[in-house]
Amino acid sequence: MAVSDVTTSDTYAVSVRRWPITRLLEDERWLAFVLLLPTLVLLGLFIAYPFVKGVELSVTDAKVGVPGSFVGMQNFALLLNDSIFRVAVWNTVVYTAVTTVFKLALGLWLALLLNRNFKGKAFTRAFILLPFIIPTVLSTFAWKWMFDPTFSVINWTLFRLGLIGTRINWLGDPSLALISVIIVNIWRGVPFYAISLLAGLQTINPELQDAAAIDGARPWQRFWYVTWPLLLPVTMVVVLFSVIQTFADFQLVYVLTGGGPANATHLFATYAYQIGVGTGLLSQGAAISLAMFPVLLVVVIVQLLYIRRVETL
Amino acid sequence: MTRISRRELLKLSGGGALAARAGGMASIVAMKQAPAYAQSTTLHWLRWNDFVPASDALLLKEIVPECEKALGIKLTIEMINANDIQARTTSAIQSGSGPDVICALNNWAQLYPESVADVSDVAEEIGKAQEGYYEESKVVANDGKKWLAVPWCVVGAQLAYRKSWFEEIGYPAGKFPQNWELYRAAGKLLKAKGRPMGQTVGHTFGDAPTYAYPFLWSFGGKEVLADGKTVVLNSKETIESVKFMAGFWKDGYDEGGLAWDDSSNNRAFLSGTCSCTLNGASIYLEAKRKPEAYATENGTPLWQDILHAPLPTGAAGQFGYHLPMSNMLMGYSRNQKAAKEFLRWITSKDVYQKWFDTQQGYTVGATTIWEKDKLWDKDPVMLPYRTAARAGRFPGYEGPADRHAAEVLSKYIIIDMFAKAVQGMPAEDAVKWAHEEVARVHA
Repeated sequence: MAVSDVTTSDTYAVSVRRWPITRLLEDERWLAFVLLLPTLVLLGLFIAYPFVKGVELSVTDAKVGVPGSFVGMQNFALLLNDSIFRVAVWNTVVYTAVTTVFKLALGLWLALLLNRNFKGKAFTRAFILLPFIIPTVLSTFAWKWMFDPTFSVINWTLFRLGLIGTRINWLGDPSLALISVIIVNIWRGVPFYAISLLAGLQTINPELQDAAAIDGARPWQRFWYVTWPLLLPVTMVVVLFSVIQTFADFQLVYVLTGGGPANATHLFATYAYQIGVGTGLLSQGAAISLAMFPVLLVVVIVQLLYIRRVETL
Repeated sequence: MTRISRRELLKLSGGGALAARAGGMASIVAMKQAPAYAQSTTLHWLRWNDFVPASDALLLKEIVPECEKALGIKLTIEMINANDIQARTTSAIQSGSGPDVICALNNWAQLYPESVADVSDVAEEIGKAQEGYYEESKVVANDGKKWLAVPWCVVGAQLAYRKSWFEEIGYPAGKFPQNWELYRAAGKLLKAKGRPMGQTVGHTFGDAPTYAYPFLWSFGGKEVLADGKTVVLNSKETIESVKFMAGFWKDGYDEGGLAWDDSSNNRAFLSGTCSCTLNGASIYLEAKRKPEAYATENGTPLWQDILHAPLPTGAAGQFGYHLPMSNMLMGYSRNQKAAKEFLRWITSKDVYQKWFDTQQGYTVGATTIWEKDKLWDKDPVMLPYRTAARAGRFPGYEGPADRHAAEVLSKYIIIDMFAKAVQGMPAEDAVKWAHEEVARVHA
């Protein structure tokens, strides 16, 4: 190799052109900003923009095809005197509270069972996920058939077993209709809890359990004093997601009852849809949707604060 | 290759466009070629999944190619669940793009007056040529100033009932209870035999309102006065109707009907668990289409044991509410001219006839001329549908079928008034609740 072929480090440094953008990205603050930019754009487009648009709509008298003019809080004031809205609020609270408790209890129970070693474990775990995997509309149609007043397979079974003498009007009776949609929601939601909590359980070191057992802790004590505190952060996140999803649930009720009978199963989302799309009153529909926001905001803040506290303990 | 000069091309295309503009359908047909302006036009028509599958098949297999041949328009027909049409319409209007023509149910056109094109010229032309529209077809598609949509058809609603079962309780073939008292008494007898009547008072777009509204009207109840503002729902007549319904429900109806959707009564009737239900003719047509699948308890074809009758008479008269459908030409469409030509063509007698024939009476035309069609000679069981639309009123009565009427309808206020009473709420309270809700809509 000739001497002239050797490139010294000095000449190399000189030969590389450092563009202004390269120099800019060497500053970590700018680099962080650039890396975050795609996420910010996506969030802005698909979350912030619709939200701002929703807020904008809710303070106007916009209808489908008519931009409308500013009316302040009039749409929200109207809601206070709307008896159907009050029913929808009550239903949503009951629906979310009851389903969350049951989904958590059943999901945790299932997760603890699935965390054990048994034959066909992998298959069972995959099978458990089915209700969550099947499109909600599809599975809800199956439930609609099962609750059908005339052809209900549930009624048929109960009747054959001699447990009932007359048909149970699952979706026709107002109280039973709400219970029915709650049952379907629990059925659909338990796998999400079970699999998420199972993932949490598997991060817990089994040695902790063994140590507690050696110290004489009984199964219940081992769960309460060892497993549960360690599982709590995961549980809180799962509950947080679930509450948000359940509070804003739409398709299940839309398919099963359409909000009936006599509004007995209307939730925020189904009523907002009925007003916004069915009646064309976009602004009022937006106001109903936004009425969920303060409640959800409080739930999210409380839970996130709790999670932070648990994590820093 | 034959060369066409610029001048020749202008002559040809100009001739086509001029013919279409000046002479309408006749000149298009006379020229035996599609008007030039539309030769590369694509039109998107959104409509419901028909309860008569043969009609959808006709549209896709015959009407689409014929449209291209006659008008040079490449027609795309999209058929979706009727419940989803409003969501599609809303998103199309808000985004300013979507189907050029949307077939609306009920008075949906009144919800979007600012977003649909004025189709008065087409609607007036068709109406004039076909002996005028039914009042119901007119009020849902015309806002008093212009036509918001071109009326398409009316889905007749009649009671389908089991001939032999009514014979058993004292109504020989061809006879049917004429008033609500007799009808209720019949229902009581039938339910006692395990053959209840069936009706939904759930949140459905078809069977629930087409029953609840005429029931209310026949007792003399109404939402508002003719001024369209004064709410008069809370009246002696309305309370009477609600009380009657609550009792009748227990006496004669399948109590599961509160949760029925628009197809539940079809299933119940076809499976032999329901003696009588308000419906389009789809129950009868389906039973006739598949005689081996639907049989009576004696093994005979079910369709031979089905008859139709209008809703009974009440103190204030006999009424019906038959589901009207009309085609909206969307304001955002870039094919306004072609879309109008299409609407003119598809609603013209010769073309519409083909579709009308496949319906077998499930719908009647929006114009009265279709009452005279030879189709009605084929099957006497379908005859009650022929003139059903004459007795049609539309929600909002006695006021206009405007946005307020649509809001009351889409909130199911009248239906829920009856449903609440059926569930045990005192009639007075149910009516008071409904009156307040209707008043809020009209405030």
